[in-house]
Amino acid sequence: MTTRRLRTAVAAVIALAVLGLAGCGGDGKSAGREPGSASSDVTGSVTVFAAASLTESFTQLGKDFEAANPGTKVTFSFAGSSALATQINQGAPADVFASAAPANMKAVIDAGYGDGTPTTFVRNQLVIAVPKGNPDRVGGLADLTKPEVKVALCAEQVPCGAAARKALDAAGVKLTPVTLEQDVRAALSKVKLGEVDAALVYRTDARTAAADVDGVEFPESAGAVNDYPIVVLKDSANKPAAQAFVEHVLSDPGRAVLTAAGFQAP
Amino acid sequence: MSRLDTTVARPDRTAPRPRSRHTTRIPLALLLPASLGLLFLVLPLAGLLARTPWTSLPQRLTEPGVLTALRLSLQTATLATLLCLVLGVPLAWLLARIEFPGRRIVRALVTVPLVLPPVVGGVALLLVFGRRGLLGSWLDSVFGVTLPFTTTGVVLAEAFVAMPFLIIAVEGALRGADSRYEEAAATLGANRWTTFTHVTLPLVAPGVAAGAVLCWARALGEFGATITFAGNFPGRTQTMPIAVYLALETDLEAAIVLSLILLTVSVAILASLRDRWISAP
Repeated sequence: MTTRRLRTAVAAVIALAVLGLAGCGGDGKSAGREPGSASSDVTGSVTVFAAASLTESFTQLGKDFEAANPGTKVTFSFAGSSALATQINQGAPADVFASAAPANMKAVIDAGYGDGTPTTFVRNQLVIAVPKGNPDRVGGLADLTKPEVKVALCAEQVPCGAAARKALDAAGVKLTPVTLEQDVRAALSKVKLGEVDAALVYRTDARTAAADVDGVEFPESAGAVNDYPIVVLKDSANKPAAQAFVEHVLSDPGRAVLTAAGFQAP
Repeated sequence: MSRLDTTVARPDRTAPRPRSRHTTRIPLALLLPASLGLLFLVLPLAGLLARTPWTSLPQRLTEPGVLTALRLSLQTATLATLLCLVLGVPLAWLLARIEFPGRRIVRALVTVPLVLPPVVGGVALLLVFGRRGLLGSWLDSVFGVTLPFTTTGVVLAEAFVAMPFLIIAVEGALRGADSRYEEAAATLGANRWTTFTHVTLPLVAPGVAAGAVLCWARALGEFGATITFAGNFPGRTQTMPIAVYLALETDLEAAIVLSLILLTVSVAILASLRDRWISAP
């Protein structure tokens, strides 16, 4: 008697859960696949997944784009490129993906989520971020091996860490960092907080913290340049606007914003 | 007030227990949300298991970094729990047994690490114990000790985040414990310290153990405060959750394997502890 009751109850729970899941799945699909409005004018919203290092410049580009195309709304999700790639490959509703590294873009393209071929829109280079005024007088990579200089690098799993490894190898410098940070902004903030004396970060990141941090250029960074690719996504609900945003990023005014932030033209 | 309450309420509270054990029918209104709750908690685990690359599992287990991170995680979580016990149990006792002005505020402050996003907790720790921090700069100049990027830093970060779990559990146990035993000890001439060690602690031992287990589990899974305050360096500050996070950057399967190892080890330890020490009173 009791077991039967229990069994019915469990069956009811499972049925309910399955119904609930099915309902959610259906909703998601219809919302995600709905084609954009019939009009050919660029309107509606564009969701851009962009690498964290693009936060300042893309926010500006979004504002410019909205001003140039009344009726559009650009929403950003800034995070590490690999996290964004994972989200896109798990079905996150995005229209445009701008990655800080070709590897993460490749993951999205290989999974079949890209629409066309990605375009490299900027390049970024490493600098040595040091506290304002450069108290340890760091002039190049070799100075980072001094025992009294504490160095933060990015972990090799993230783009800035891979680039740092390349640059250090190119310079033949062996150094033991105190920490391998999870992303470039974390490494930069360790310099800002004074916990380390130097960190290898992108020039653009050092520039966002210009009030507290100086960026020391070094020649070996030329051998570890990062390409930033951008692409419209296949499942975009508003492809005309997504395409228009990408064109805006590649346009001369768009380039100007990116160059001002410290990026190089490809 | 609380004293009077417990002495009066005690018999009532124990009375209905035996009756409830005899009920055989489980009300649907309870069973349904309970089952949904269980599903909600267990399904993500099933998702992990479904994506586990079983064939490459043994090979990944033997990778050198994995065992180093696991050992560091177990060591630091245990040390953090010990630190929490030494500092947290007396604090819980103070909150439960002593009336002092501002007790409510102190109790609220104790729970701050619970609501603080762990990454913010890590930054806060840097601002206090960092090289330029309030106490850290003094530690550095006087003793030459810097805590960030060290294993000690990992223990501190974990203890900061996990201690409230212990304090809340122990304080709850203390408030639920019958204070007549302590009063009896006092009338027999025991001072407060003797009463605490010989009467109070044995009385609330199950609560302390439960709190310690919660605290240990939280410390073991700690990520945000640890990576912010102690950074990430293999063998020194790279705990399992940090290894999982970084593996996720490049290799989803490696991340899943690492998570499973951490889960298996912690569940095994918790289950064995539960049977031995934490039987329901």
